This record gives sequence, C-alpha cells and structure tokens, in this order.
Amino acid sequence: MSSALSYTRYELLRTVRNRRFFVLSLGFPLVLFFLIAGPQRNVHDLDHSGISAPMYFMVGMVAFGTMSSMLSCGARIATERAVGWNRQLRISPLSTRSYFRAKVLTAYLMALLTMVVLYASGASLGVSMSARDWLEMTLLILACLVPFAALGIAIGHMLTPESVGPAMGGGVALLAFLGGTWFPIPSHGFLYDIGQLLPSYWLVQASHIALGGHPLGAKAWVVIVAWTVVLAAVARRAYRRDTGRV
Amino acid sequence: MSAIEARALRKSYGSIEAVRGVDISIEQGETVALLGPNGAGKSTTIDMLLGLAEPDGGTVSVLGGSPSAAIDAGWIGAMLQTGALIRDLSVGELVAMVASLYPDPLDVHETLELTGLAEVAAQRTQKLSGGQTQRVRFAVALVSNPKLLVLDEPTVAMDVEGRHSFWATMREQAARGRTILFATHYLEEADAYADRAVLMAHGLVVADGPTTEIKAMVGSRTIRATLPGADLDALGRLPGVSGVERRGEAVVLACADSDRAIRELLAAYPDARDIEIAAAGLEEAFLQLTGDTGAQVEGMLL
Repeated sequence: MSSALSYTRYELLRTVRNRRFFVLSLGFPLVLFFLIAGPQRNVHDLDHSGISAPMYFMVGMVAFGTMSSMLSCGARIATERAVGWNRQLRISPLSTRSYFRAKVLTAYLMALLTMVVLYASGASLGVSMSARDWLEMTLLILACLVPFAALGIAIGHMLTPESVGPAMGGGVALLAFLGGTWFPIPSHGFLYDIGQLLPSYWLVQASHIALGGHPLGAKAWVVIVAWTVVLAAVARRAYRRDTGRV
Repeated sequence: MSAIEARALRKSYGSIEAVRGVDISIEQGETVALLGPNGAGKSTTIDMLLGLAEPDGGTVSVLGGSPSAAIDAGWIGAMLQTGALIRDLSVGELVAMVASLYPDPLDVHETLELTGLAEVAAQRTQKLSGGQTQRVRFAVALVSNPKLLVLDEPTVAMDVEGRHSFWATMREQAARGRTILFATHYLEEADAYADRAVLMAHGLVVADGPTTEIKAMVGSRTIRATLPGADLDALGRLPGVSGVERRGEAVVLACADSDRAIRELLAAYPDARDIEIAAAGLEEAFLQLTGDTGAQVEGMLL
C-alpha cells in the first residue's frame, strides 16, 4: 500500500474513533433539520419560491453540516500542531500533496456521510426527486465545498486549538446565516447582495434543483472558483510558514 | 561524505539571537552529544539541521545534500523536543502508520519489542504515561530505519529504569552503524553515551571534543559556605579556586581543584560554616568556560 493511501486510512480511522466529534457533527444538523423543517413539513411553496420547506431546509442543513465537516478538518490540524505532530510529519517523506489529499479526502467523506443522513431525513419528511436530480444536487454541493476545504486547512495552520473552536463555530454560523440556511434570503436587498458573493449561498441554492434545470449559473461558479483560488493561496502560505514550535 | 556539515549557522527570533554562528561536523557512524543548558540554542540548531527552521545565515548539508532531500529519501529519524502523540490510534497502529511513510522501515513488531512497547501495543496513545509516551516517540523515530537519528532531549520525562533501557537500545543502534546526534543538558548522559560532545552556550559552540576532554573541562566542583563579611578578592586568590560569587551571607567558590580549595578555605577562614561541596552543574561550568558572571549568563539564558 502506498504511503499516501495508508496515511489516509489511518486518518479516517482516527476520525471515526473520535466518537464525540463523530456523533455531534452528524447529530447536530440532524436535530436542527427536524426542529426547523418538522413543523413546516406541509409547506409546499416556501416563501413563494416553489420549493417545499423540507427540501429547502434539508439542503440548508446539508450546507451547514458539510461546511462544519470541511472546517473541522482545520480543528484536527490545529490539535495535531499543538502536540507537535505536524513537525514530526514534516521530517517524514510524506509529501505535502499527500498530506493535503488525506486531510481533504477525510473531510469530504465526513461531508458525504452528513449528506446521506440528511437526505434520508429529508425523504422521511416527504422530499422526493428523481435519482438524476439527487445525483446532480450532490455533485453541485460537493463542488461548492471546495473553497471550504481550503479554508479548513488554512485555519488549521493559523489558529491554536483554543481559538479554532470559536472561530469555526462563529464562521460557520455566519456563513450559514448569510447563505440562507436558516431562512430563505429575500431576492433583493442587502443580505441578498452579500449572500451572492459567498460560497455558502450557492451551496444552499443547490436546493433549487427541485425547480428543474441547473440551479447554479456562471455567477455562482465565478464566486466559488474565486474563493477557492484565494483560500488555497492562503492555505499554502499558512502551511509553509507553520514549521516552528507551537 | 559527512552525516552533518553545518557552517556558520545563525538564527534569530525577533531580537533574540538564538544561534550565533555555529559550526558542527559529524561523520557517519559517530554518536555525538549536543550539550548545553536550556536556552543554549540546541533545539534551534537541530531545527535547522532538520530543515524545520530556515537559517538566517550559514549552510547545512545532511548526508551530502539538503536536509529536505535527506528527509524525502527517508534517511532521517527524529525525536523532537516538544511533542505528544496524536490520539485515537493504538501504539501499534501509530508506529505502523509512521513505518508506512518510509521506503525501507524496520519491522513494526520488532521496533515495539526493541523499545519495550510490545505490552502496550494495543493501548490507545492518549492512555499512556509520560515515560511510555517518550518511548513511543523513540519508536516513531527508530521505525524509519534511519541513517541519521536525531534526538532532542530524549530522556526527559523518563524514569531511571526507562532511561537505562533507552540508552541500552541506543547503544545497540549506534553499534549497527547509525549516526546519532542527541541533545541533552546532562553531562553524565553525554559522557556515558557519546563519542564526542559539542558544547553550546549562548548560541555558540564553546567546546567540541571527545567527551573525556569535555568532562575534564566542565566537571569541576563548587564549594558553598556561609561566611559573612569575607573579602571576595582574597577568596579568589586561594589555591584551587577559579571563581567567586557572593550570594547573600554565603559565598560560592568555583573550583578547579576542590580538595585543595577546601583545605585552604578552612585554614584561612576557620569560622566558615554550612559548607556544601557539589559537582558543578553545566551552568556553573559555563561560567568558567566563558568567563561570564552569573548575572550575565542568566540574562542571556532568559
């Protein structure tokens, strides 16, 4: 087995074994989903958008939960740095590329798991789509998460374990709020103007697949690619600078 | 080809000059101690040798190339000074994971046996004692089957028995031809386990030679006695005394020959009391070597 693969396997093993993290990161969006969407399960046209409440909030909570999954990769990196493990890895032949790949892959697998759990919950409240739409929506969400993978790595190499918790909690809450996770953003006004510039907004917009057609236009992809490029540069710089004793 | 060839290494952190021009040369197969008190610049030097810190000046070559080339080839195993273990893996899994990163690792089971960890192989890393954690860190360094083994204060947090078996393993590894560089602030460790010691103080190499020579140089004793109102200059002229310092009512004599100094002291000052004779710590030894006063040294170590 190649070293990169083996490292990824142990990374996954560690993630699954961290029970509290595992249960909380899957459970929290699930509970929120039933609290918000449960009472509105019979609302079939949320705010005249044409999308049912369970569908909208299912994707909203997927956005919230998967953003958390991607950023918690950063929390794990911060913890590893604090115990000096990051320096230990750097004096091994594990390449930077393999290191990043393992971190991102682990974060993505956690995100996928979150999605599956929330999809099942959505279906239990009546969300139904063609297999093709489920698949397309899933791919859109995975693509919208790319900038968050870079953000996770960046904060992991810049913050301490003490500061990464509040930064992550606050950051995810803010991005989720402005992205329309908790309620649909009205299609004009200040929140709308800001939201459109954020990748979290487009993450939530993936729910518009229920209306048919392709929900993300050129504008969405420009925003996502721009965030990815900027955050990847920040992450690379943070990683390079981060060789000292913490 | 040398194992390590460092020339005129310098490194500052802000206004603090941690390393101020260090030359170290280590041949393959040597066991060398990097000896010095806390704050001497040992860890910073090691960081530069491993490529974890970029030198402000000077050059480093490890096994004929750059540190990063030696790392990519899997030739270096290291036990860094600060370091706990990542959690949620068993000891065996952690060592196996590290082994998988290297092109030609030792057998994991054999490494666990060698480092005395076979019995706790199934335990999670977060459940280990301080001494066991150190041994796992040693196993992590060793399993890579390195040509060069670098250990920064490896026996910190180990109990006496742990130290003993640790050094026994180290001897074996040295006998297999590995080059070993270890940092320590214990003169005894350098004396017992290294062929050669490089003595650092204030970011400089102040001595470099066979451990027997270094020991003779720094292995002096101090005499401490309560002696109110004594004349420091007169005390300094006593045969066998090489330095004097007042600490409140007491005086501390650094001695090149403490047997002679104590006889002279008692002859000249019969009322001296609370007398203690002790082997000088490294800090005291550096006073003699570098000719600084205590206050200066303390200031520089801070």
